[in-house]
Parts: sequence; C-alpha cells; structure tokens
Amino acid sequence: MTHRLTKGRGPDDLAIQALEEQLRRPRLHRLVTPGIGLGAVLVALVLYLGLGNGLALSIIFGWLVFAVVLYVASRLVEGSRKSTDRLATIMVSTAFVVALLPLASLLWEVFSNGVPVISSTFLTASMRNVLGSGGGVYHAIWGTILVTGMAAVLSVPVGLLTAIYLVEYGDGTMAKAITFLVDVMTGIPSIVAGLFAYALFAIFFGAGVRMGFAGSVALSVLMIPLVVRSAEEMLKLVPRDLREASYALGVPKWRTITKVVLPTAVAGIVTGVTIAIARVIGETAPLLIICGFTDSTNFNVFNGRIMTLPVYIYEEFKNPGFPPQFSTDRAWGAALVLTVIIMVLSLAARTVSRLFAPKTKA
Amino acid sequence: MTTTHTERGSRHAPRRIGDRLFRGVATSAGGLILVTLAGVAIFLTYEGFPAFTASRSQIPGGQGLASYIGPLVFGTILAATLALVISTPLSVGVALFISHYAPRRLAWLLGYLVDLLAAVPSVVYGLWGIFLLSPKMVPIYAWLQAHLGFLPFFTGPASVTGRTILTAGIVLAIMILPISTSLCREVFLQTPRLHEEAALALGATRWESIRLAVFPYARSGIVSAAMLGLGRALGETMAVAMVLSVSNVVTFNLISSVNPNTIAANIALSFPDSSGIAVNVLIATGLVLFVITFVVNFIARALVGSKGSSGAVT
Repeated sequence: MTHRLTKGRGPDDLAIQALEEQLRRPRLHRLVTPGIGLGAVLVALVLYLGLGNGLALSIIFGWLVFAVVLYVASRLVEGSRKSTDRLATIMVSTAFVVALLPLASLLWEVFSNGVPVISSTFLTASMRNVLGSGGGVYHAIWGTILVTGMAAVLSVPVGLLTAIYLVEYGDGTMAKAITFLVDVMTGIPSIVAGLFAYALFAIFFGAGVRMGFAGSVALSVLMIPLVVRSAEEMLKLVPRDLREASYALGVPKWRTITKVVLPTAVAGIVTGVTIAIARVIGETAPLLIICGFTDSTNFNVFNGRIMTLPVYIYEEFKNPGFPPQFSTDRAWGAALVLTVIIMVLSLAARTVSRLFAPKTKA
Repeated sequence: MTTTHTERGSRHAPRRIGDRLFRGVATSAGGLILVTLAGVAIFLTYEGFPAFTASRSQIPGGQGLASYIGPLVFGTILAATLALVISTPLSVGVALFISHYAPRRLAWLLGYLVDLLAAVPSVVYGLWGIFLLSPKMVPIYAWLQAHLGFLPFFTGPASVTGRTILTAGIVLAIMILPISTSLCREVFLQTPRLHEEAALALGATRWESIRLAVFPYARSGIVSAAMLGLGRALGETMAVAMVLSVSNVVTFNLISSVNPNTIAANIALSFPDSSGIAVNVLIATGLVLFVITFVVNFIARALVGSKGSSGAVT
C-alpha cells in the first residue's frame, strides 16, 4: 500500500526507475548540493579567518550563500516547482537548527559556569552568615525537596483519582467539564497559582504569610492537571478485556480498578508523575511569592520562610553581595544543580517506563 | 457493546458499599478540580477587591488603578505578541522537520530534544538571557537603529545593555517553542496519510504535498497551538523579570532601555517588598492576568475541540 516509487529495490522497481528517468525533468547532479555546501563553508571561512568578521555573522552569511545559490541553480535547471521544494526543505531544516541553538548554548553555559562552582562546601553549606565568597545551596536543596515532595503528596492522589473518575466512571456533562477545565488549568500562569496560595493562606494566617506548605499548594495547582492528563492516557491504554475478565469473575468494580487496572498502568503513571515533578520543581514565581527567601535551613514546611533552589538562583542574581561575582557564581552553581536534578528525573521517568512497560500482550 | 456494558456496570455497582465509597471518592476528586479552579478566581477576587475600592492616591503611582494596570496589560500583550511572532513560524518549521523531513528513526530523539527545552526552568532561561543573550543583542540593536530607525519599532536610542522588550520576547519565544511545536507535530501526524500519498503519486513535490494535503487539514491545529503558546507567554514571569529593564510606560519602541513591564514580572519584582494595599493591587493585577490567560486558553482549547469540523475538505 505504502509503496514508494523512488525507494524500490527489486527488478520491477528498477524497470520503473528507468521509465521514470525518461519522463523526469533534468535534475541537479547529486554532487551539486555538497559542492555548493563546500563553497559556502569556504566563503564563511574566508569571512571569518581572512576578513576577521564575527563567527556568527560568517556562518549566517555562508548559510545565505548556500541557500541562494542552491535555489537559483535548481530554478535554472529543474524549474520553479522543484526549486520551491528545495527552498522549503532548507527553510524547515534551518528552523530546526535555529530552535536547537539556544538549547545547546544554554546547556553549555550552565555546565561551563556551574561546574567550577560545585564543591563539597557548596553542597553542604547554607547561606547563613555568609558575606562574599563561600556559602552554598544546602538549605535550598532541602527546601526544594520538602516543598516539591509535599506538592506531590497533595497532587498525586487527587490527580490519580480524578483520572480514575474520568476513565472509569465519568460520562455526561461533569466529566466533559472536568476534561475541558483540566486542559484550561494547565494554562494557569504559575505566578497566579502563587497569588492564589497567598490569598488563601492570608485569610487564615493574616497578611504577609510565608510558608512552605502554601508553596506546595501553589505547586499542586500546577501539578494536578499534569498528573490527571498523563494518568488518564495510561488508564485508557489498559485493555478492556482485562476489566471484563475481572467482572466476569465477579470482582467488584473498585477491586477491579485497584487490583487489575492500576497495577497494569503503574509504570506509565509513575513516569507521568515523575515528569510532572520535573516540571514543577523548577517553578520560581509562586515560591518567590509564598515561600519567600531565607539564608537558613528550615525543615518545617508549616512554619515560616523556606528557601528553594529556583528562588535561590533568582535571589543570588537579584540581590548580589559585593563583589557580585561570588553571587553570580553561586547562581550558576545552583542552576547546574537544578538542571541536573531535572535531567535525572526525566531520565528516570524514561527508564521506569521502559523497564516496567505494561504487559499488554496476553 | 460498550454502552450496554457500562449501563449494566453502573446498575450493579452501587449495591456494594466498597463500590459506592470508591466511586464517591473518585468523583469528589474530580469535583475538587472544579472547586480549585473556582477557588483561584474567588480568592483572587476576594483579596484583590480592596484595590478596586481604594482611593486613587493609595495605588502605587498615585494615578488610580486603571492607569497602573493599563501599561502593564500593554507590556504583557506586547511581549507575548513578540514571542508569538517569533516562535510560530519556527515551531511550524520544527514540527514539520520532525514529522515529515527527519529520518523516522531520528524523529523520537529530536522530539526528546525539543521536550528538553520545556524542562529547563524559567529562572535558568533568565540567567541565560541576561548574561549571554542580552550582551549579544547590543550590536544588533545598534544596527537596527542605524538602518531601520525610520520604523516606530526601532527608533531607539538603542539600549546599551540589551535588556529590552525584544530580548524578553526572544527568550519567551524560546520558552514557548516546545509546547507549540509538540502540538503542531501532533496535528501534522494526524493528517490523513492517504491524501499525502495521493498528492505524491500525482507528481507533487514534497513541499506541494505538504501545502496541499497537510496545511489545510492542520490549520486550526496550528492556530490553537499558537494560542496555547500565547497563553504560556502571557503568564511567563521569571525570564521577563530578570531580563527586562522596566519603567512602566506605553511604547512600541522595541530596542530602547525604556520598556513597558509585564503583569507577571511586575508581581514578581514588587511582591516581596510590598505590604498593605499594594499587595491587594498586585493580586488585582494577577486577577486580570488570570482572566486574560483563561480566555486565551479557553479559545485555544475550544479550537482544538472543533478540529475535525474545520479545515480540510473531505
């Protein structure tokens, strides 16, 4: 069905190819494209080394030369349709490279600036009584673990149960409304979630409240929709036969869900939860508002200000000591720690989903 | 078959106490979502309300609430629009590259790389934007002012730090790229494969098959992907708060050191040091932001929902 004319290998295909050759318009020789590419690289090199232009400018100019020359050559030899196609290919590939450049640059900056900062002191010291050099992220790491952990404790049951409701029980307007609003909820700005937590807790604890637990509530608002979405997808993947087999044996519906459906989907759910944690662990704005910042370690999420890694990065950048270099270094170091945590979480999520893939084959 | 089954299941289920309990718990968890969303609106209104009744002089700036929020709304929309203008063509290109141009085996890896962009925290983007991107933009802004200065966007004087609304827009564009890309990719993969094959079989080039068979079908999907990106850009806080050098004005000048602030960034910058009525004012601006993003997301999701009906002629 999906037989492609140009990719054939058998004798029939060769015959078709020969026929094609006769019907086809003239094409650029297959060495032309690499040739133009080589020329463009040379132009860029001459600009960079010979004439002393900037690296970025030389590369951009070389790329322009490549695109224009290839387009014109194709237009002259192959006609306008083919040349438009080539132009589109060039544009699409360029878009991809342009999109990945910031990522590469960002990761490089984080690692090259962050690695020299990391030391045993940096990981085990708080910022208490630190002026100038020294100090570390100990208090911020603990704050992040506690606040995010508490957020997960709040979001996972709610999110999972909502997903169960949507997949197993939900039909009618309420299920539709929830599905739609969960989608809308994923778009709530994180800072609004922080303001919500502040407004809620200010009613009970008075104006100016700062509390780790309130930060967890704010993160939950952001995390619940992520958990619902991923858990819902996973529960939908559980084959209907499994449920029906269980019902046929006289097992009640709730036992079927807890003993058959959930164990089958557990790997996917764990993956989804881990990815959700990785998403919210880097949230800065809500924690800046409701958790505040402090130089000391605070293990009590129900009392007072608590420092977290993202807010730590922001504070070191925003309110540097003198000279500011020490603070900037610490900000990069903390950025590295946070990025590594997020990458490890994402990697773990992928490993879990691969190791414990649901056994869909009977 | 399915309907009969659910009917039978739901008629039998409530008889058992465990079933009834479990159903109740699951349903109330779903209800909690509705309550939370309503709660966000209610508590923001409750805590923001004093700002609406406060006298003009009590509002920061001393000009009343409307003239305080006005420039912020303008800045928010301007920054988000810039991000949208930059990121939409890019994300369509990237999505096309992954779904139609890249080798099949590489596609998942490339998708993973784009998703990685989404995982980087906004505060790290902020660091990158201020320490790396801003200085790099300075000569570009000088060039824009010199050569395109007749346009209202580039009248300058060009910022010497590079901390302009355009830089903020670029950082925002990078941050919303993953979400609009993944949605575009999803839509592109859902277009009927047979239409494309038919176009190719009739002798269309790859680009023509995409233009004739993919884009008409995917148009509403692309629009909603852009809207979702817009919603994300409107609410992004830290990157803007760190990159932008602000002075609460209304201007279309994109490259000067005098820039409008955004609602979210203004809250992040002012909240830690605010007390009294100023806090209520900030919460009121947050309410405005919530309403704007809610409407944008609502429209985007509604468009996704009606994806099948609009678009390609079947």
